Amino acid sequence: MSMKAFRGLLLLSAGFLLAGCQTVLMSPSGDLAKQQRDLILTSTVLMLLIIVPVIALTLGFAWHFRASNKKATYDPEWDHSTILELLIWSAPLLIIIALGAITWVSTHKLDPYRPLDRLDAHRAVPADARPLVINVVALDWKWLFIYPEQGIATVNELAAPVDRPLQFKITATSVMNSFFIPAMAGQIYAMPNMETVLQAVINHPGEYKGFSANYSGIGFSGMYFSFHGLSEDGFEQWVAQAKANGGDLSREAYVKLAEPSANAPVQFFATVAPGLYQAILTHCVQPENPSCMSRMQMRPPKAEGAASDNVNADGAATGMAGMPRHNSSSD
Amino acid sequence: MLAHPDLTKLIFGRLTLEALPLHVPIVLGTFAVVALGGLVLVGALTYFKLWGYLWREWFTSIDHKRIGIMYMILGFVMLLRGFADAVMMRAQQAISFGDNMGYLPPEHYDQIFTAHGVIMIFFVAMPMVTGMMNFVMPLQIGARDVAFPFLNNFSFWMTVAGALLVMASLFIGEFARTGWLAYPPLSDIVSSPDAGVDYYIWALQIAGVGTLLSGINLLVTIVKMRAPGMTLMRMPVFTWTALCTNVLIVAAFPVLTAALALLALDRYAGTNFFTTELGGNAMMYVNLIWIWGHPEVYILVLPVFGIFSEVTATFSRKPLFGYTSMVYASVVITVLSYLVWLHHFFTMGSGASVNSFFGITTMIISIPTGAKIFNWLFTMYRGRVEFEVPMMWTVAFMVTFVIGGMTGVLLAVPPADFSLHNSLFLIAHFHNVIIGGVVFGLFAGIYYWFPKAFGFRLEPFWGKCAFWFWVVGFYFAFMPLYMLGLMGVTRRLSHFNDPALQIWFVAAAFGAFLILLGIGSQIMQFAVSFKNREALRDVTGDPWNGRTLEWSTSSPPPKYNFAFTPLVHDHDAWWMMKKHRYQRPLDGFVPIHMPSNTGAGIILAGLSFVFGFAMIWYMWLLAAVSFAALLLTAIAHTFNYHRDYYLSADEVRRVEASRTELLARHV
Repeated sequence: MSMKAFRGLLLLSAGFLLAGCQTVLMSPSGDLAKQQRDLILTSTVLMLLIIVPVIALTLGFAWHFRASNKKATYDPEWDHSTILELLIWSAPLLIIIALGAITWVSTHKLDPYRPLDRLDAHRAVPADARPLVINVVALDWKWLFIYPEQGIATVNELAAPVDRPLQFKITATSVMNSFFIPAMAGQIYAMPNMETVLQAVINHPGEYKGFSANYSGIGFSGMYFSFHGLSEDGFEQWVAQAKANGGDLSREAYVKLAEPSANAPVQFFATVAPGLYQAILTHCVQPENPSCMSRMQMRPPKAEGAASDNVNADGAATGMAGMPRHNSSSD
Repeated sequence: MLAHPDLTKLIFGRLTLEALPLHVPIVLGTFAVVALGGLVLVGALTYFKLWGYLWREWFTSIDHKRIGIMYMILGFVMLLRGFADAVMMRAQQAISFGDNMGYLPPEHYDQIFTAHGVIMIFFVAMPMVTGMMNFVMPLQIGARDVAFPFLNNFSFWMTVAGALLVMASLFIGEFARTGWLAYPPLSDIVSSPDAGVDYYIWALQIAGVGTLLSGINLLVTIVKMRAPGMTLMRMPVFTWTALCTNVLIVAAFPVLTAALALLALDRYAGTNFFTTELGGNAMMYVNLIWIWGHPEVYILVLPVFGIFSEVTATFSRKPLFGYTSMVYASVVITVLSYLVWLHHFFTMGSGASVNSFFGITTMIISIPTGAKIFNWLFTMYRGRVEFEVPMMWTVAFMVTFVIGGMTGVLLAVPPADFSLHNSLFLIAHFHNVIIGGVVFGLFAGIYYWFPKAFGFRLEPFWGKCAFWFWVVGFYFAFMPLYMLGLMGVTRRLSHFNDPALQIWFVAAAFGAFLILLGIGSQIMQFAVSFKNREALRDVTGDPWNGRTLEWSTSSPPPKYNFAFTPLVHDHDAWWMMKKHRYQRPLDGFVPIHMPSNTGAGIILAGLSFVFGFAMIWYMWLLAAVSFAALLLTAIAHTFNYHRDYYLSADEVRRVEASRTELLARHV
């Protein structure tokens, strides 16, 4: 009986895994998400080594030692066995040692702040590759993407060339959100006053779904965008189209854009006010704002008033003491 | 109303007729049903002249057994409310695709998932776990009551006051739309200016007073009031887990209180602890709330591990395998539960080393938990396992819980969590451990100790129906959510565009329907058992051939629990007593010192409710008056010198003699 139950369970989990293979997390298109997928599978298999026997033994013992089975051994005093106790503590311990080692290594390797060292399993990042910086702002309830290199901005639509390292710098205006494109990489929170970083790459052209993965209020369900993985040419065209059709994202236009709205349509901006992202991050879009950090005797944001938002990874002051900000040199 | 607008404001604060949900048919319908039900209940109680009985024997009772039962009733009533919320969510998510926006607008839906989480954790699981400990633990350690009987009554009514505030938000104003932990900045006054978050804060603060005091009370009881001979390593495992849980409560709940107090200051006094303005840092709140929140998970699950330990040993007809390692496992879990909180927000952007540390500590918890599972497993080994309803729940728990444990460890791997965090995979995981663990365990415990509490067993047919509906319903409701999580579907969405997802949500809704049948079966079970209570009567006091001291008393136990404090020589004290042909003493009774009932607890809690309500609606006058009344009542209570009485030796002899006669008649 216990063998049969065991086989049934194996079949069941295999079926579950098979159906799971079709899902976006199990068949992703970005190298980071792929490694995360592999990690999920490795960890699951490692744990099934102990979970499957436990379930089988539970059902097996429950059946075999049922009261009506008088053939089963009954030992009403047996409540201790040193060997068994050693075994039941050490079996999970061994699995956790293995899993802990995997966790330590993978958490450092797949740290979203860490610059990429490979495009996928077979290709390293070319020595001359420069990451494409995209500034991400979570507004109520839409996404603003600013491309400092291209000088454009978009709302609720994101595009990037395939196989080019991407560096997302992420913040929010009023409440916390989470920036998540499951096909490309794991999520990271978008928090007001703070900047988080995601270094990722998309390997296959296509249209993917991105959204906020942290509940942020009544417009939350409509807070998604499409993410286009494009060829270099396709990306140039997409930028050109934004430049041709887009308006001007001045500070005044931004203030208007930042007003809460749900299910906001896609918008393009051909130009972006200088230093806008830095100003959003430090609450200084309207410099008279009492919360503007340069007024609060914090380190003045260097990029303020500079020609571009394109600051290097650990260059400009991006926030406050104690904010989650990672110094990449510590790796 | 009043002519002078300032006076109106002073009295009514910001409460206006607008706050009544006269324009929301769903809420209005609910109100009609609740009001009708309430009227019927009040009418029936009045008709059968039960108010005096309830007041004297229950509401003012300081008997730990009655308070435990009242906690369980509170938990079950709130379960109905929390489950109604769950059904509404499942229905919304099953139909809200494409052009169909479902039947709940986001502002209503968002309140429902918030209320569901708050109610299920604070007003279902917590009262039930506390009730279980309250009823069982003093009996298991051979005590006559808890250390502070009045405090126990007060704690219970404070929990009720908190629950009533949450219920009031349904009909007056609205509840929070922030998710069950009310993260700022979403919960600050700018993003949530209405009364919802204030209901949340005051309901939890008031109930939190009760929880903390009850934690202190039960902790002291276990430390100071064990029967002679019951050393720590002879305590029943349920008592051990209750000890661990109350240590956790005493250490963790003040953090919640402080975090909510700071949030309240931000909202009421304009401070900037967690705001986005003027240097506030909302992430501090997230840390604080989880420093409480993660131990809270173990506060709920540890006593339930204790229940399973008792049930497995009793129905396997064997002592628990590995008692010592079981105790150490509980203690290790207690300590480790403080070192893992950050795994709830790996995605906040902490460095890789910080994330790995918390990931690995989380995984380490699975080692003692795994050891516990093996201990139950080997308790069944070479046993004679009787599949009474509690044992069925236990086997279902062992199978279900290990799956939830596995997905939990998976979520503890930070890079995997980056993909799975906040997804329906996470929702499936914690329902997997909370339903598969805490809820199954509570149901096992209710069935197991019901005869002890009421003097008759529960009828097994409806119990088995409930079991199958619940277990199968659970798998239908939550396995699809694992799959949806892998599809990248995040939590708390009220509308979807991808039609491919719908079939999974429909399956989950079907699961919720099965659970509904399960709850219906449980209500039937209570009704049928009450009707057949004579046939189901437990005259022995030991219907399961139990192992621990609570089974040595009559069912229900007398007020004083034990005429003589038992002497303990080993764990499984009652089993040893039976083995050594223990004879009940039939004479030599002495007067017993008993605490007197008091109405102070319910009055103080009532005033706290009024104070909370006044604070929520900015009724400063009422708030001041009720707070003053609260202080005065508390002080006045200290002058109450009628706190105790002696139950005469004759009375004890009479009670014990009637038991002797009952036992003799049913040999």
